[in-house]
Amino acid sequence: MFENISLAFQGIWGHKMRSALTMLGIIIGIAAIISIVSTIKGTNEQIKQNLIGAGNNAVEVQLYQGDESYEFSWNAIPKGVPVLDETRREELAAIENVEDASLYTYRSYADNVFYQNTAFNGYVYGIDMHYFSVYGYYVQWGRNFVERDFTEHKKVVIIDQTVMSTLYPNGVNPVGTCLEIAGSPFTVIGIVDQKSSFEPVIKNMDDYNMYRTDSNGKIFIPGESWCIPYQFDEPQNAVLKAKDTDSMTNVGKAASDLMNGSLNVARGSNITYKSEDLLKQAKDLQDLSNSTNQQLIWIASISLLVGGIGVMNIMLVSVTERTREIGLKKAIGAKKSRILWQFLTEAAVLTSLGGLLGVGGGILMASVISRIAKTPTAISVPASVIAVVFSMVIGVVFGLFPAVKAANLNPIEALRHE
Amino acid sequence: MILELDHIFKDYPQGKLTVPVLKDVSLQVEEGDYIAIMGPSGSGKTTLMNLIGCLDVPTSGTYILAGKNIAKQNENQMAEIRNRYIGFVFQTFNLLPKLSAQDNVALPLLYAGVGKRERRERAAEALRKVGLGDRLNFRSNQLSGGQCQRVAIARAMVGNPTILLADEPTGALDTKSGEQVMEIFRQLNEEGVTIIMITHEPDIAMHAKKLYHIRDGVLTGPEDRSEDD
Ligand SMILES: Nc1ncnc2c1ncn2[C@@H]1O[C@H](COP(=O)(O)OP(=O)(O)O)[C@@H](O)[C@H]1O
Ligand SMILES: [Mg+2]
Repeated sequence: MFENISLAFQGIWGHKMRSALTMLGIIIGIAAIISIVSTIKGTNEQIKQNLIGAGNNAVEVQLYQGDESYEFSWNAIPKGVPVLDETRREELAAIENVEDASLYTYRSYADNVFYQNTAFNGYVYGIDMHYFSVYGYYVQWGRNFVERDFTEHKKVVIIDQTVMSTLYPNGVNPVGTCLEIAGSPFTVIGIVDQKSSFEPVIKNMDDYNMYRTDSNGKIFIPGESWCIPYQFDEPQNAVLKAKDTDSMTNVGKAASDLMNGSLNVARGSNITYKSEDLLKQAKDLQDLSNSTNQQLIWIASISLLVGGIGVMNIMLVSVTERTREIGLKKAIGAKKSRILWQFLTEAAVLTSLGGLLGVGGGILMASVISRIAKTPTAISVPASVIAVVFSMVIGVVFGLFPAVKAANLNPIEALRHE
Repeated sequence: MILELDHIFKDYPQGKLTVPVLKDVSLQVEEGDYIAIMGPSGSGKTTLMNLIGCLDVPTSGTYILAGKNIAKQNENQMAEIRNRYIGFVFQTFNLLPKLSAQDNVALPLLYAGVGKRERRERAAEALRKVGLGDRLNFRSNQLSGGQCQRVAIARAMVGNPTILLADEPTGALDTKSGEQVMEIFRQLNEEGVTIIMITHEPDIAMHAKKLYHIRDGVLTGPEDRSEDD
């Protein structure tokens, strides 16, 4: 076997030009497939990152009415939706693959928050001790909330980077200033920033709509102080930090099930907790991009077919050219199977070599494409291995007919061949 | 008796007809014989050789080689018999041009399942025996016709076959190279190798111990000429 392979290499090397031309179809086909697969993989990873964020793995569970998220900004608190306590939070945190859990309330597009004369148009959050760790916030200046801020309903507020830069003129230190939230004065105690604030890659309008995040900024107050500006303790949403991206879907399901267990809403009110399944959204988007690329792969496969036929053609020529050699070998005792293997090995080595070169070319092509089209690519190792194995299979399949022809040659006639 | 042809007929189809090429050929060869078969072109010499060499089977008649009825063997068994019992020498040498002399000679041992190192050693030894110990790595295009034929003889003999079959071994050689080949044959025969040689040159046929004639597929002989020398 090993000897067959080394003989095959000699044969290929002996006909460099011809071998190269024969391999060309395979090289092009494999290169095309590898570059397409790399582009698909890159795009898919980008979609996933854009939607899920890099490494955050935060799963949000929110109250929904039907398919609309139920916001208390303009809705009354529905009957039978309880305010959740620490025990519930601990239950959530105990779900499998959950690292941490946090309960929070919020207002979007708050229109009654002011710093001096300037209105703030972002989000107000009432949070617990766990919120910052789940979302990867850290305190940049000032201080974090402490136990007493919660237990004593302190009127303190922490703002994020965006709020600081939009609300405060240059040089003013926000720490110690006062924000008026729905008529109540809150003292700014700190500024937070997000560790891995992930910027989605936006290439066009669709991407923009898909991945747009509000850039108006967020302010945070202790959940226990929520009732000061907003009169009532409100039922919370939950956010859970999943151990890894792949467990996000299951974590979301388990958490919403658990929270729904505490609901006691009227029948037909259609109010439930749901988790936004980002993984599924990402998958749907990926499927879309996959299906278009699948067609490209079919086209590339045709080139492999053509390459295979080319291999068959060259092998047939080679068998004819070497008729005397085959006759001689048979005369001195080579069995049919040996001749068969000799030609099969030669075809398989030829196409495997083509496959290897194709993978190299494909990786090169993918990186050029990503440079020019500014799309990401990711090299897929399994795809490369499969590509080489597949090329070998092509060699065996298309080499079979010529090899059988060679093995079946009649030695007498073969020796007489000119 | 190393081989025995008994009432062999061989027909070839030619269009709708079948042409008889060998007609009732019987031949008995003892171990250590040295036989020459002479005949004009087209008389059926090569056809007879192919039958003796187990490259073909007769249309009718029986052929026993080393106790085996050749008609009853399958393709793989025939390949084994050729590999084990028969060494071929052709008019046109039939060396593989891409291989060195040594690799050419080692080829039959590959098919006999001999390991690489032993193949190379035995091939070198066989080449030394035909006087080409200094040409191991030469290819056929770097060798003269006589040298090529000696490589071919080394290849035929490397597996220690019982019978050496030579189809016009000197047909493509000059007289001097032809004589060298005949000298090697004589030595081999002295060592006990059975030789069957086909030729149409009387000078060459003189080297054999027994002489047969073939004409239109009919074999006559032997003329025993072992005492003439
Ligand atoms: N495979 C074949 N098919 C048809 N006719 C053949 C075949 N082989 C040989 N013959 C015929 O048999 C006759 C003897 O051929 P061959 O044995 O090669 O003669 P020689 O070697 O004595 O010159 C010739 O007439 C040739 O045409
Ligand atoms: Mg002839």
